[in-house]
Amino acid sequence: MPDMMLRTEGLTKGFTLHLQGGLRLAVLAGIDLAVRAGECVALTGPSGAGKTTLLRSLYGTCRADGGRILIRHRGTLLDLAAADPRAIVAVRTETLGYVSQFLRVVPRVAAREIVAEAAIARGQAPAAARAAAEALLLRLAIPARLHDLPPATFSGGEQQRVNLARGFVAGHPILLLDEPTAALDAANRATVLTLISEAKARGAAIVTILHDAAALAAAADRAFPMTALQDAA
Amino acid sequence: MNGYNFAYLDEQTKRMIRRAILKAVAIPGHQVPFASREMPLPYGWGTGGIQVTASILGREDVLKVIDQGADDTTNAVSIRRFFAATAGVQTTTRTADASVIQTRHRIPEAPLTEQQILVYQVPQPEPLYRLEPSRAETTRMHALAEYGAMHVKLYEDIARLGQVAISYDYPVMVNGRYLTSPSPIPAFDNPKLHRMPALQLFGAGREKRIYAIPPYTDVRSLDFEDHPFRPHRADAACALCGSRQSYLDEVVTDNRGGRMFVCSDTDHCASRRAAGCEGVAA
Amino acid sequence: MSDPTLLSARGLRLSFGAIPALAGVDLDLWPGEVLAVVGESGSGKTTLLNVLSGRVRPDAGVVWYRDPDGALHDVHAMEAPLLRRLHRSDWGFVHQDPRQSLRMGVSAGGNVGERLMAAGARHYGRIRASALDWLAEVEIDPARIDDLPRIFSGGMLQRLQVARTLATHPRLVFMDEPTGGLDVSVQARLLDLIRRLVARHGLAVVLVTHDLAVARLLAQRIVVMRRGLAVETGLTDQVLEDPQHPYTQLLVSSVLQA
Repeated sequence: MPDMMLRTEGLTKGFTLHLQGGLRLAVLAGIDLAVRAGECVALTGPSGAGKTTLLRSLYGTCRADGGRILIRHRGTLLDLAAADPRAIVAVRTETLGYVSQFLRVVPRVAAREIVAEAAIARGQAPAAARAAAEALLLRLAIPARLHDLPPATFSGGEQQRVNLARGFVAGHPILLLDEPTAALDAANRATVLTLISEAKARGAAIVTILHDAAALAAAADRAFPMTALQDAA
Repeated sequence: MNGYNFAYLDEQTKRMIRRAILKAVAIPGHQVPFASREMPLPYGWGTGGIQVTASILGREDVLKVIDQGADDTTNAVSIRRFFAATAGVQTTTRTADASVIQTRHRIPEAPLTEQQILVYQVPQPEPLYRLEPSRAETTRMHALAEYGAMHVKLYEDIARLGQVAISYDYPVMVNGRYLTSPSPIPAFDNPKLHRMPALQLFGAGREKRIYAIPPYTDVRSLDFEDHPFRPHRADAACALCGSRQSYLDEVVTDNRGGRMFVCSDTDHCASRRAAGCEGVAA
Repeated sequence: MSDPTLLSARGLRLSFGAIPALAGVDLDLWPGEVLAVVGESGSGKTTLLNVLSGRVRPDAGVVWYRDPDGALHDVHAMEAPLLRRLHRSDWGFVHQDPRQSLRMGVSAGGNVGERLMAAGARHYGRIRASALDWLAEVEIDPARIDDLPRIFSGGMLQRLQVARTLATHPRLVFMDEPTGGLDVSVQARLLDLIRRLVARHGLAVVLVTHDLAVARLLAQRIVVMRRGLAVETGLTDQVLEDPQHPYTQLLVSSVLQA
């Protein structure tokens, strides 16, 4: 299927907690998830169901114990679970966009630069990337006077919107969004939902975690329900 | 000269020093260690130069000794008498008549010839010693020709003072390979080192090093492309012979600030006056 | 990946008496990549840096370096003059204590210029212009070009060391705890500066640090050292957020939230 952007096959992931006497937590078992171009899939389920772990596995942060994570990268399907670190870096730069729940603040780097960096890394000219960054920040209600400031002193909501701008600015073909509407007011929530639908329209495949039922209904094409596994001691 | 071997040193010692000299000539500018002997005068009075002179002196040689260009200062007179007594060689004050010239801190004004040898007394043979206190490290720097640090010194002078502020013992590159101290001669004399027809030997008694610049060797004073080396000379004429080319000493003449400039090379000045040249004080 | 590494180490071993400082370490570094070597004191990380950079010879193992022309060199089989030239040109070393590499009695400009002069620069005006550029790049007021480093603050000294190291445009820089011993606010400024310079000049860096926050900010990849072994290696976020080895889990859980 040429429009298949992301597919997991039997993805399994657990954590061994060596500091707790080697306690073994199984989190994902045999996950088969497939997302096409232009499709938005929402991971749903109770806390502890492994939604964030799955999202982090798709980004390569959590290292899979078994199964495959196929990502359409440079026209072919690449198994992220078997890729070496440098291949993962290339996939993240060109193909995979990720919006975490919290912005990791870099000291002394202005908000505009934090956002533009992602687009520059993906090959945009710096001036165009900065212009795009400013436009996106304004849409997300970050006023121009804040663009030159490092976000370290911003409020939590402002930081999260900078984070969203950074995720959307580069035009990655695959977007992974961890609770993109959490902690946002109604107006900003609407903006994010518009951004998601715009990304879908340009053919992006999106995997997201959404707790907000209205947002889920508005943005997601379908839900991918997850349940917590029994802890295997 | 009863009671002494010819030229004071025993023949074994002379042989040892000659071997060091041969090696030094073979590697221009490279410092060769040698077993410096105790001499009957203190370190700093030319023990290195004396040992070199003693080792190369033959019975037919004519010796001239100068100190800062002058034949009649204490150090020059003592060394000249020393060799007259221990070797019985002929001595002279005339540059052109000498076959061996031992010098402290000057090169004679008159051009030297292939028939002559110039022996320098050297207090500190290591040009890098002010920059790098470790002998082991400077040896390594010479071996690898790492002389960036010396250029840093020149850079600092230009940055602070607008020009290189080394007026004597100005470091040179010998044969494009070894950074070398020319001994504390004025920078004015540095151009004379370059492609000199005479053999130049350098002896450092306390530091136990001998080095050499063979005849017609390239010797470049360190500089920058945009700050080329410029020898400095007092802007005056010799009060006795009127020379505007020679290196001048400033002499204080009274307690009221009176002073005059005279040639530091006494033989040069005397020969000019003998030929009829006159300065304002003559 | 098929593209060639800048630096590769295989089977590095080195013991100090009965203590194995390196007990068989492999490592690869690609051009433009920042690799952090983390671990507690005595884990062998500084020894690893010294062996990689050719300053200390291992008991066994080999370090390969690829020069700008693509030729491979066995670092520990190189002639001393070549290795020293490498350290003055294509390589740089940033010490924790800047006094180890700076000349405290030489002006800031002279310190930066020395690397250029050692590489053969002989034009005063161009050396000075380059020194001014580099001082500006590390945020030292160019008006202080003729000041002696001994009156500089610790943060300025470290930035001067960075300027001096980068003056010859090296491709590979070894850094040993570059922010160690600095105040937190000064650290942040230096880290941000290093981060920008690394990106702008495409530097490859082997960065030794015990500070995971420093590794997170600067490095794409992390190697975790313990008792002379590389117990875990991976992308920075993998190692910090999904640590596998018991020691890495201890290390990650021991720091305040970074």
